[in-house]
Amino acid sequence: MKAMSLRNPVIRRNGNFLIGTAVVTACLWVLVPLYFLAVNALSSPKAVIGFPKPAVPQFNLESVHFFATYEGVATALLNSVLVAGLTMVLAIGLGAPAGYALARFDFPGKSAFRLVVLMTRAFPLPLLALPLTVLYIRTGLDDTALGLAFVHTTLALPFSILITASLFLSIPVELEEAAWTLGCTRIGAFRHIVLPLAVPGIAASAVFAFVTSWNEVFAAAVLTVQHRTLTAFLLQSLDVSPLPLKFAGAAALVLPTLIFLFAVRKYLFSLWGIANR
Amino acid sequence: MRETRWLPYALLLPATAFLLAFFLLPFIEVALNAFTPKGGGPFSLNHFRTMIGDWKFGPAVRNTFVLTLIIVPLQTILALALANLVMKVQRRADVLLYILTIPLGISDLAAGLIWLAIFEQTGYLNSILSGLGVIPGPQTILSYQNMWVLFAAVILAEVWRATAIMLVILVAGMGLIPREYYEAAEVFGASAWKRFLRITLPLLKPSLQTALILRTILAFEVFAIVAALAGTNLQVLMGETYAWQFDFQDNGVASAYALLILAISVGFTVLLLWALRDRTGVRA
Amino acid sequence: MFRINKGQRLAVLTASVLMTTAATGVAKADPLLFWSTAATPVEETKMMREQVLAGFGKPVQYLAQDPGPFATRIGAEAQAGKGTIGIIGGLHGELASFSSGFVDLSDVVGKSGAKVNGAYAALGKLGTSEQKYVPWMQATYIMAANKKALQYLPKGADLNNLTYAQLIEWGKTMRQATGSPKIGLPAGPKGLIHRFFQGYLYPSYTGSNVVKFRSPEAEKMWGDFKALWAETDPGSNNYGFMQEPLMAGQVWVAWEHTARLKDAFDKMPDDFVAFPVPAGPAGRGFMPVVVGISVPKTSPDAAEAKALAAYMLKPETQITTLRVTGFFPVVDVTLPADMPPSVRLSGAAVAAQSSASNAKPSLLPVGLGDLNGKFNKAFSDTFQRIVLRGEDVKAVLAQQGDVVKSILDEAKAPCWAPDPTTQNVCTVE
Repeated sequence: MKAMSLRNPVIRRNGNFLIGTAVVTACLWVLVPLYFLAVNALSSPKAVIGFPKPAVPQFNLESVHFFATYEGVATALLNSVLVAGLTMVLAIGLGAPAGYALARFDFPGKSAFRLVVLMTRAFPLPLLALPLTVLYIRTGLDDTALGLAFVHTTLALPFSILITASLFLSIPVELEEAAWTLGCTRIGAFRHIVLPLAVPGIAASAVFAFVTSWNEVFAAAVLTVQHRTLTAFLLQSLDVSPLPLKFAGAAALVLPTLIFLFAVRKYLFSLWGIANR
Repeated sequence: MRETRWLPYALLLPATAFLLAFFLLPFIEVALNAFTPKGGGPFSLNHFRTMIGDWKFGPAVRNTFVLTLIIVPLQTILALALANLVMKVQRRADVLLYILTIPLGISDLAAGLIWLAIFEQTGYLNSILSGLGVIPGPQTILSYQNMWVLFAAVILAEVWRATAIMLVILVAGMGLIPREYYEAAEVFGASAWKRFLRITLPLLKPSLQTALILRTILAFEVFAIVAALAGTNLQVLMGETYAWQFDFQDNGVASAYALLILAISVGFTVLLLWALRDRTGVRA
Repeated sequence: MFRINKGQRLAVLTASVLMTTAATGVAKADPLLFWSTAATPVEETKMMREQVLAGFGKPVQYLAQDPGPFATRIGAEAQAGKGTIGIIGGLHGELASFSSGFVDLSDVVGKSGAKVNGAYAALGKLGTSEQKYVPWMQATYIMAANKKALQYLPKGADLNNLTYAQLIEWGKTMRQATGSPKIGLPAGPKGLIHRFFQGYLYPSYTGSNVVKFRSPEAEKMWGDFKALWAETDPGSNNYGFMQEPLMAGQVWVAWEHTARLKDAFDKMPDDFVAFPVPAGPAGRGFMPVVVGISVPKTSPDAAEAKALAAYMLKPETQITTLRVTGFFPVVDVTLPADMPPSVRLSGAAVAAQSSASNAKPSLLPVGLGDLNGKFNKAFSDTFQRIVLRGEDVKAVLAQQGDVVKSILDEAKAPCWAPDPTTQNVCTVE
């Protein structure tokens, strides 16, 4: 990290140093375990099993090569992206309106709705899988990306509703009211005033919906058969696989989400342009 | 406005209909199983009796509570501190936030693998320690003989993995706090700590409440990391639910456990909603 | 504001593209779906597809599953009365709970032309008159040791004729020499240690695994096991597959399933020896593991599934399966000379242990249906309470004995070997 200026125009060297240290520590805390994963994924099977562990990767691609040539990985990757993308769209499409309603209106049944929404997340999904699968087989949703996305959406929806609600709550209602008095419709005011301010929150819930779907194993393993997701395809067999493949497989699962997060990072932040104007 | 009476319901309708079909209906079926004896019959609490009578029930409840009550406050403090840090850094703050949110994309199973690679006997921690000459060779770290080490390892891994979601919610919330408040406070000579206590925390309440509720609910379902690091040494509620459903093939007792997890989560949610309620009231 | 609008449009566009792609995933002629809990490690799955199933000639999709999703999906398809699973591969205990949903496979054994092990074929009837599963492959548990451990063998001990007392002494010498316990047991969440109590310790000490569950011999046995546990690596509660700690050198001597030793033997054949399990006062108890193939009544193509089952029983297929998974054939075969080291090592140990003069073979529990899991729990609970929590042996055995008894009462199951086979419900003395 290079020199950073605090909000205060007077540059405080001590404060800078402190912040710099904190930033470096925080980054190391996140990155070091990931670095170990990368080293393990890129080391020879013998080194992964042995002791002491290598400090730098040897760039032995044996384990990586295994997954690269594993039949069905590419299709499963596509299925995963498809399901996660659908989940993201559904979670935001259903969740943001509900979040707006919770934040802006007082109406009978509001607290009950909030609790019921949270309950969906507080109940272990694997138990719901049996009745859901029966329902899916009967309705033809079984083994479709959309069907699995529906299940993943129930997992992501509580988050997107609550996150967007808390965000809308923080956006001063006066801004909206001002727009109404200036002749904007409710929808117009929402689109031009509220939505831009809520982008980071919506992005946060979108990111969360995506990774929730990406990482979900159980429903994916039960509800997809010919159209497996990458997680169902790999993750459930990883913990019974030899160590070197465990790490290479885990790395294969983590990498796409890193890329996804990188791609959307600026939306998490776009608000800053407004708030710090 | 006339539309306000029906508008909220219209906005809630899609989500409600969706949850009804994909959660509530299967949920009711499972919930009924918890009260139906094996092979059918009238209402009974037998499954709950079996659950409470099992010797693993007590430890599972205790461990789950201990883990949640340590992990969630730790994560809250850490997430607040990191969110403040992100807001302070002006150059390349997006890169910093990106790095800090990376664990968000890592599943609990993968995180369990990553941390096991650190803590296992021939893992990275031992490699580093023996490289530094602190220990002569590989030592057993994760053993039933050091329960507190097991707890510490699980807590560390959970804090690493699941703080990011709180961070993202808090950063989004902090971004909405008008800068003018801070500038005014600075004019009056309020210290950074005072500004945090008097401005950031109160205005962050809605986001903080959301982050806390979501994390608490997920914390009561902690399982994959515990299984990876502590093996069979640490019983947790979610682990027992899985075991009864799949290993012991008793859906009734598994459903009873699931309802217990649900009840605890709902209890804590109500508590948090009350403790962090918005005292200013909502405007319609 | 333009950016937001563009973003919105983009979102709508993405959504519609995703929806259409999702909806147009039209089914073509689907391959036969093989739903299985065997060969779950990714390497084995890959070889099962490429080497074993490729020879069937028609497309088969092999999906290796965790037991949870495995059972959930089978249950759901049976309940819905319609399914996509064509054929099922699973352990005896895993198949037992779904027996009413399986078609009769009596004609498959004949069609395959193979000579199938009679005892296993009988097990596959699951207490009915129909062949609910055909035996597919078998395995058992043996001992494996790092060659470094051999120098610490107690004086006069014969590796091929070891007793549990000698094993404990061996462990003690190794711990004293190296500073850490070197015996390992798979007591982790994915480990199979309950089989050690059911099929190894109990028969070796009491000659029984149900009737004498809380006998004085059983008390002595748990006392000895506590002494063995003191020489056991405390990391054992995390171990699922002993091949890993063996290869890492953390553990020198281990009891494990032959398929879960395969990697260690194949990758480091010169570092390890395999030998028979130890004997106790009542003999050398051991137990087979049987994996079977079933065809669900909801199979989209039962005829083809039966043809695949018959193909899996062919001697050539069985030999390839052994190469790939480390599970041994259930039909009469002559093994070629070029088998991998794991087969050579495990094969010799298995032969030595089943032909030992004091051999005490156990059968897998019969007639327990979906109570198999609870039966296993009774054993691992006893272990955890006595050994890990240090509870009183007699009290725990009395309580857990009641648990075992109630399981057998509920299942109305007669006794099975090594307990004397009876007509009435088996009970704990």
